[in-house]
Amino acid sequence: MSKPLSFQSMILALQNYWGSHGCVILQPHDLEVGAGTFHPATTLRSLGPQHWNACYVQPSRRPSDGRYGENPNRLQHYYQFQVILKPSPPDLIGLYLGSLDAIGIDRAKHDVRFVEDDWESPTLGAWGLGWEVWCDGMEVSQFTYFQQVAGHDCAPVAGELTYGLERLAMYIQGVESIYDLAYNDAGVTYGDVFLKNEQQFSAYNFEAANTEKLFQHFRDVSDECRALVARNLPLPAYDQAIKASHLFNLLNARGVISVAERQAYIGRVRDLVKAVADCWVEQVK
Amino acid sequence: MFLLELQSEEIPARMQAAAAEQLRTRFVDALKAAGLAHGTVTADATPRRLWLIADDVAAASEGSAEEVKGPAATAPAQAIEGFLKKTGLTRDQLEERETPKGVVLFAMLRREGRSAGDILAEVIPQIIRDFAWPKSMRWGGASQSTAAPRWVRPLTGIVALLDEQIVACEAHGLTSGRETRGHRVHAPGVLTITSAASYLDQLRAAKVLASSAERRQIIAARAADLAAQAGLSLIPDEGLVAENAGLTEWPVPLLGRFDPDFLSVPREVIVLTMRTNQKYFALADSTGALAPAFICVANLDATDGGAAITHGNQRVLSARLSDARFFWEQDLATVRKGGLEAFLPKLETIVFHEKLGTLADKVERVAALARWLCESGAVAADPAQAEQAARLAKADLVSATVGEFPEVQGLIGRYLALEIGIDPAIADAIRDHYKPAGQGDDVPIAPVSVAVALADKLDTLTGFFREKMPPTGSKDPFALRRQALGVLSILQAANIRLPLRTLFGTDETADQLMDFFADRLKVQQREAGVRHDLIDAVFALGGEDDLVRLLARVTALQTFVETEDGTNLLAGYKRAANILKAAEKDGPPPAPPASGKGEGAESALATALEAALPAAQAAVAEERFTDAMAALAILRGPVDAFFTDVMVNDPDPSIRARRLALLARFRDAVHGVADFSKIEA
Repeated sequence: MSKPLSFQSMILALQNYWGSHGCVILQPHDLEVGAGTFHPATTLRSLGPQHWNACYVQPSRRPSDGRYGENPNRLQHYYQFQVILKPSPPDLIGLYLGSLDAIGIDRAKHDVRFVEDDWESPTLGAWGLGWEVWCDGMEVSQFTYFQQVAGHDCAPVAGELTYGLERLAMYIQGVESIYDLAYNDAGVTYGDVFLKNEQQFSAYNFEAANTEKLFQHFRDVSDECRALVARNLPLPAYDQAIKASHLFNLLNARGVISVAERQAYIGRVRDLVKAVADCWVEQVK
Repeated sequence: MFLLELQSEEIPARMQAAAAEQLRTRFVDALKAAGLAHGTVTADATPRRLWLIADDVAAASEGSAEEVKGPAATAPAQAIEGFLKKTGLTRDQLEERETPKGVVLFAMLRREGRSAGDILAEVIPQIIRDFAWPKSMRWGGASQSTAAPRWVRPLTGIVALLDEQIVACEAHGLTSGRETRGHRVHAPGVLTITSAASYLDQLRAAKVLASSAERRQIIAARAADLAAQAGLSLIPDEGLVAENAGLTEWPVPLLGRFDPDFLSVPREVIVLTMRTNQKYFALADSTGALAPAFICVANLDATDGGAAITHGNQRVLSARLSDARFFWEQDLATVRKGGLEAFLPKLETIVFHEKLGTLADKVERVAALARWLCESGAVAADPAQAEQAARLAKADLVSATVGEFPEVQGLIGRYLALEIGIDPAIADAIRDHYKPAGQGDDVPIAPVSVAVALADKLDTLTGFFREKMPPTGSKDPFALRRQALGVLSILQAANIRLPLRTLFGTDETADQLMDFFADRLKVQQREAGVRHDLIDAVFALGGEDDLVRLLARVTALQTFVETEDGTNLLAGYKRAANILKAAEKDGPPPAPPASGKGEGAESALATALEAALPAAQAAVAEERFTDAMAALAILRGPVDAFFTDVMVNDPDPSIRARRLALLARFRDAVHGVADFSKIEA
């Protein structure tokens, strides 16, 4: 095998591949989100009858997963590569396998498997059927046919692919720690770029975040979201809902939300997303 | 020969066998309904296809003729019109026939035999439309409509061949044909099936083993070979064989290894990680100890002989085991420093149920109950040990290892306890107090384990009943039925004499709990062939709250009522009870009973009762229930004779009263053993 792709080359290869298959190459949404699915290009665009094909990298934040840069496999900030194809094209699996070829995975030597895994997001009120994709026993992607988002049936159904970029790169490059990943071909590692980020944000997420203010922000963005829905502005309203979701994740990482309250908070975010989606669906039907 | 193949994107492994059977059943039923004869029908699945082959399909269905009676010839035009519509005939095709009710119209419906091809072309789309998956989805352009076709994953192709001929039909937006696909890597192009008869061989040549049995056989045999070559043995796991067979079309087992240092992690955690997360087989060395090796099943013959796949899987497992070891060592450090007690404060933060407090609250209650079970003599364990075991039993729920692998709750607590030198009886109780987890699971019998296992379950049951949350209908969110069944199994297996009323009390909730246990006991005993009415008969006496004694009584009763003596005595009892009931309806007897025992059969019954009553009572008191039944059996002859010879309703009210009193004594004697009125004849 030739020299494995660097982290950034892998992203470029995926963008080129999906771009050449008709996807709009978007940039990340400029807010903190927990997963690529939260990007309005997926959540909102998966609703309504319009055809839509897009791909993008999305930095994803999971405050509770921070390990102060000390765990070689866990990050509180990482990247997902997201592809959304609506309606789902024929032979989406074939297309997906082509993307693995494009990043240098030799499928005559590696074992790619589709293992049942039905996706559900309680926060987005969304679910779909699909698989986790295994390469030699490692989960490298999530593959989902969206059936419902924010309580609305997807019509038509979108196919969603999510690649865990760090994991995939570790696999391709054969390194044991995220921080040892070659970020580019000029000697810069992932650790050079992100180690400090992990250390400081772990401290922020677990220790420093002012919970009183976070609770206040949560109330504020919730109010703002509803006010914007009332003014029939679902896109700005959705940004407020995303913020509410991230604020909840931060509060959760700070350990100030009890097990009993957790469900209630998730329900509040879901209600916001639902209100936004109801408004959005009216505009795009 | 007929072939049907329904191609789709990867079908979940767990659904494949049931789907194949459903396909077979639907097909056979549909052909039967159509009157088309056929031979053996085989159906099976791979991850990417459901297929069915039917041998000896007849060329056509049998024709048939049916005569349908219509309205009278003189009926209103509307009625005749309706009949014509129903039969699809015209008026002149109807036959007029004389009947006792006048001239009536008859239709002769002839159904021509239809060709197999026509029938199959109708049957296939119907099967696809009606197919029921545990979970199904919409996809693609058609999903613009929410009424779009549904399948388990996108349906991608239909092959329908009657011998060499395509059976042309359409379903879910697809047209049937002869094109399929072979293995994704080994034969990625289009595969054209020549005939139904060549299907399986053509697939095999395209590196697809269509038979799930063959894939299972290859996985099991090859995995065992690889293990043997490495001087190890495969830990058999049928479920895992089937799951891997459902994930592969061309299974290739490969042996990988992991660092022996990981063996410091409890065996169950390693096996669980390998099995659940990775679907690997575990291996044992010649002493039966877990070996630092595994077998994974790839879905292809890799060009490098599987070296890269093995290497990749080893890395994945190693990362997972590193995580597991990290958690395990963290827990070890915790208990070495502060004992299992170090975990306990965290239990205060976990809500068991909002009305029943935190886990810490539950632990307090269980500890007190476990101690009481021993102090009251029900369980022969040291009360202090039982209490301590109960206090530690839930500690591992907040351990790092159980947080990551919830399935090993209890097991981890036991390992941690042994690591720090806690008495093995207590360590075992920590592991076993959840048991039995279901039918067929081990039932604890070691005294300390029994005390904690009973206390835990009884606390849960009484708690939810006191808070008015008993199971209703099909809803049993807290698995209380299983808990009650667990209590019953333990009481029986460990022969625990526990009068439940001393625990439950006598209020309404206590009555509900007793009824609940009675129901569970009936369900449990049904399988052992014990009659539910006999359980009712003993429960109806009231006061019997020792379930071990109750069962002994029921068993003796069942043996007795199935003898001739028992059957006759039951008949006598029912007759006596009916007479008494009728008499009681008339109010109390108007006269005081005549003195004496009367004569003949009446006197004989009185005498027999004088002997039988104390004998039965004594036997019951000493729990010799078979003897109690035998004492009653003596009454059978005198009772029969009494009903033959004696008229209860004597004109003399005082004699009638005496005879009624005698029957009442007889009924009461029987009730000393069981309430026979509950027994179904």
